[in-house]
Amino acid sequence: MRITPPRPSEITPPEHYARRREFLRRAALAPALMLGGTVLPAPSFAAPGDGARASPYSSDETPTPLKHVAGYNNFYEFGTGKEDPARHAHRLVVRPWQLRIDGLVKKPVTLDIDAIRKLAPLEERIYRLRCVEGWSMVIPWLGFPLDVLLRQAEPLGGAKYVEFVSALQPENMPGTGSRVLNWPYREGLRLDEARHPLALLVLGLYGEVLPNQNGAPLRIAVPWKYGFKSAKSIVAIRFVEHAPLSSWMEANPREYGFYSNVNPEVDHPRWSQATERRIGEFRKRRTLMFNGYGAQVASLYAGMDLRRHY
Amino acid sequence: MPLALLKTLTFALCLLPLAWYAWGFWQDALGANPVEAVTRGLGTWTLNLLLITLAVTPLRKLTGWHLVARLRRMLGLFVFFYACLHLTTYLWFDQFFDWRAIADDILKRPFITVGMAAFALLVPLAATSNQFAIRRLGGRRWQELHRTVYAIAILAVLHYSWLVKADQSRPLLYAGILAALLGIRFWWREQERRAQLAGKYAPQAPTPKGRIITIIPRR
Repeated sequence: MRITPPRPSEITPPEHYARRREFLRRAALAPALMLGGTVLPAPSFAAPGDGARASPYSSDETPTPLKHVAGYNNFYEFGTGKEDPARHAHRLVVRPWQLRIDGLVKKPVTLDIDAIRKLAPLEERIYRLRCVEGWSMVIPWLGFPLDVLLRQAEPLGGAKYVEFVSALQPENMPGTGSRVLNWPYREGLRLDEARHPLALLVLGLYGEVLPNQNGAPLRIAVPWKYGFKSAKSIVAIRFVEHAPLSSWMEANPREYGFYSNVNPEVDHPRWSQATERRIGEFRKRRTLMFNGYGAQVASLYAGMDLRRHY
Repeated sequence: MPLALLKTLTFALCLLPLAWYAWGFWQDALGANPVEAVTRGLGTWTLNLLLITLAVTPLRKLTGWHLVARLRRMLGLFVFFYACLHLTTYLWFDQFFDWRAIADDILKRPFITVGMAAFALLVPLAATSNQFAIRRLGGRRWQELHRTVYAIAILAVLHYSWLVKADQSRPLLYAGILAALLGIRFWWREQERRAQLAGKYAPQAPTPKGRIITIIPRR
């Protein structure tokens, strides 16, 4: 079965989202009322996902409305405009989907998306997302710790870094015709970063399957780093010994470092990172060190010069 | 088309982008980041109008439609108008008049530096866009002053190019158009210079195209 992403018109406003349990009760009655059975309910995690566990890592800030979370994206495979992904990502083929995990591992594996979905119960994690461009959102992701997935391949002792490779479907991705970045999109994390409990393997948001433009069918969310570090639509994960070269580092090493931790004191060479505009807000906010996750992650970088390791 | 109608029409057209962004902001129709959309949009229209202004002379020469030259001042002043609005959105909605941060930006960020320089150079041009200033300065000096518009256009395209994260296709398009507009002037000037060197014209001879301003310095 092919999963169709929700269209903007079907997108849930937050006030409805807050009342989703009530909605689901009503929706449960709906099939009984539908004659002919031609109308299929939109695929969703409604049944298991609605019971998704809340997380102590969640922010209590108001989530950014879904229409913005799924309407204002950087996903250059579909074009460099913020609205391009929402416009074109319906073409991404998300089923069948397989993820290959290999490299310095004892057990290289290829996992189907359905198998990945069953690896662990889904949690809802409301994370801040800070884009390197100076805007931010609050997103209720649905997923489980990335480490659960990484463990499947049993990484070897020599593995120090993890590389994430995103899907490349040139015929479905109009942006890949341009060479703004070297495709496929690649990102990387240090192994201890990838195994950190905050690093999330994401399968959905706002209680639903991930919209394609947000990186369906699976992506990661690394909330203390700039958004581009959270690779979307991942098809391969490799354990390696040395820091992998990411697409952005390749495109512009002076501007995009391997770590790319959110840091208000280290400016992007062409703009300040001291403040950010939260989508939906008029005034700007001060950007927080590690995007406000310093208490959890600062120890990963103890003793490192973050100006040098930007 | 009579000049008055043409001018009224141009004036109305030049206000359309502003109306569009004002309406969009009011109706919340500018997407997730309306402040950015307005700032970028006003910047884009400053540049669009600047290139349109620079297209007036080539258009007149190529088509012989001399009436367009009479629109040049209005177009130029609209460039300044949009530049002011663009700058205001930055000072206000981006920096909230935090002068230290603004000074920091001007010194540290090349795209802001060149943007500010372009604006600063526009001010004297706007201030002298009237008959009084032309008389006061004299045609030749006025024209020399107003040639800084070429430098302004180059700075403006740089400003755009340096703020873009990775996709240079749009800035390159603007650079290409600007190169064509400046290139054609250079080429014409070169033709004229050669013609004068070859002694083709008697000095100051009236031609059907008007009085010739010589390029070769007079002794």
